[in-house]
Amino acid sequence: MLENLQLLFDYPFLGGDLIANGLMIGAIFALAAFGMALVWGVLGIINIAQGELVMLGGFVAITAAQLGVPALATIPVAAAVLFIIGWGLYRIVIFRVVDRDLFVSLLATFGLSIVLQQLSNEVFGADVQTLETGLGTLFLFDGQIVLPEIKLVACGTAMIVGIALWIFLKRARLGQAIRATSQNARAARILGIDTDRVYAATFALNAALCGAAGSLVAMAWTIHPYIGLPYTVRSFLVVVVAGIGNIAAVIFAGLGLGAMENLAGFILGSEYQIAFVFVLMVVILVVRNLLLRRKRDYLK
Amino acid sequence: MLQVNTWIVRGSFALCMVLFGFAPQQVALAKVENDTVYLGAAISLTGKYSTNGAHTQRGYDLAIEQINAAGGVSVDGKSYQLAIQYYDDESTPARGAQLAERLIQQDGVTFILGPYSSGLTRAMAPIVEKYGIPMVEANGASISLFQEGYKYLFAVLSTTEQYLQGAVALAAETADDGEGLRIALAMENDPFSQDVRTGVISDAERYGMTVVIDDKLPPELNDMSATLAKVRALRPDLLVVSGHAKGAALAIRQLADGRINVPMLALTHCDAAQIIEKFGEKAEYALCASQWAPELTYSDELFGSARDFATLFEATYDYAPPYQSAESAAAVMVFADAFERADTFETGAVRDALAATDLSTFYGQIDFDDAGRNIAKPMVLYQVQEGEFRVVYPAEFAEAPFLHPTPRWSDR
Repeated sequence: MLENLQLLFDYPFLGGDLIANGLMIGAIFALAAFGMALVWGVLGIINIAQGELVMLGGFVAITAAQLGVPALATIPVAAAVLFIIGWGLYRIVIFRVVDRDLFVSLLATFGLSIVLQQLSNEVFGADVQTLETGLGTLFLFDGQIVLPEIKLVACGTAMIVGIALWIFLKRARLGQAIRATSQNARAARILGIDTDRVYAATFALNAALCGAAGSLVAMAWTIHPYIGLPYTVRSFLVVVVAGIGNIAAVIFAGLGLGAMENLAGFILGSEYQIAFVFVLMVVILVVRNLLLRRKRDYLK
Repeated sequence: MLQVNTWIVRGSFALCMVLFGFAPQQVALAKVENDTVYLGAAISLTGKYSTNGAHTQRGYDLAIEQINAAGGVSVDGKSYQLAIQYYDDESTPARGAQLAERLIQQDGVTFILGPYSSGLTRAMAPIVEKYGIPMVEANGASISLFQEGYKYLFAVLSTTEQYLQGAVALAAETADDGEGLRIALAMENDPFSQDVRTGVISDAERYGMTVVIDDKLPPELNDMSATLAKVRALRPDLLVVSGHAKGAALAIRQLADGRINVPMLALTHCDAAQIIEKFGEKAEYALCASQWAPELTYSDELFGSARDFATLFEATYDYAPPYQSAESAAAVMVFADAFERADTFETGAVRDALAATDLSTFYGQIDFDDAGRNIAKPMVLYQVQEGEFRVVYPAEFAEAPFLHPTPRWSDR
């Protein structure tokens, strides 16, 4: 560990490189986390199958590319296909667990994740697959910081989607209905909102966001049927840290997590990367609780 | 008197328990139906190993077909055909162990062919050992399998610690016996890759090389940028990566995307990751460990040369044989050879015949040590040269010279 720290001092550009790459990784976590925050906030469901939706997005993108769709155009294609799949999953499984105990929805989505893994294994095979974009690499500061362009695309996509989502929730009729339902589903129903449709649209939107994230994962890294878990864990963590009603916070938490995780992987060694993520989560929750307590004391 | 009788009864009971209850059954009747001898196999037809499970099954099937077409095995003056009773272990060790029990207890199979992967083999080995049923396996390479003192486990493949030792030897050849060369290791934190790491480190120390990076990648690996940042800063002479297919794919992709220059890169599972098909020029110069290659000069009477096996396999299944299929076919040949030498299907005799195996096959020489490992066949190293895998190590099988160092990205 000490020698790794020493390396950071000996090669000052390394820190910048690690943080820049980490931010790009974090952007993809943020993309998947937007959806988790929505589903958690509106349906009251913690979706354990989140990572599997990302994985499906990756496979859809690869299949689309094999059919002749240009690599970058697979991002909206994967989002659209996953929107339909998400709608279907809601109609088959999710609507049954919306008003139930949290434990029931955890079990249901856990089951869903296994089904999606095995189905993908049957349909797409167990092999590791990738999607080539033909994009190059960007050299910053005289080649000291090296950024693959696809990661920049990922970061840009996350930002654009975040802003679009924010505008959608503020301005669009469906967005307003989603917010109303999340605040008080019963009141929303009384006021004429078809909450079942809102739930379906929310879950489908979540799947679409994961689809976009998945196609980016296929272009920047690799996809195989069992790759979902890291994305579920990361998006859960991002949402826990950012809260469920704040899109800007989700972006910052995602980017921050990516950067810190990459730095921690470098300094502590890759084997402690995930352990670091969880320790970080505990620390943030404890600190936040302390701050809130101070606020509560003040209110007393 | 009564007391003495009680002691006799107790003593006899204990003796019976030892003889029939806990000791391995030395004599078991083979499952033979209509002059066909059944071997049993639980392999991964579904789940995460399903691709390699299919390669394994095709290797087994092709060997069975060939052996039967050549008249089967001759035991005690009579010819028998071979057949395999398959189950799907769903790529889970617990299921593999259950199926081993089922094959032996319920189906009466007394000869087992191994599953795919070290993990599944580790789950099944204690079961076959308990019942004294010989298992010849072709896809469990972990060295730890052979440190348990198993008497009924035989492996035709080279064990894990040998996977990338060739890369260390090649690196040593490039510079004054390797003294002072700097090695970077990025190994997945699972038993297979950690065994590979042990082999590389022990050889590196022998040559006087220094390990400058020793990262353990998490099994749910999805990004290597932290490790590769170290590689960029420290510029090792050799980077060794072992993380199954996903590790190989990530390493090739991220080294190229980050334009990270490494004079020598050695990997496992390149063919499973399809690095040439997927990454094209980015994969050039990478060294890949392999158990077997069609270019090797081994041969036998059943399949002919290694090349003949490859041609037959491709004609039958429409793709080039991965080494998993070749070693699986060899495992069946080992059983057939042991049956004929034992001249009986009695398990104890077959086990002893297996232990005395010294067989030349298209896959290589097979000769088991006391632990059941095949010690007669070396690993080979391919290098990706002009879009093809070419054997560059060991020297006696090399079909092309080892290209070193890998040119810098700016010159490629």
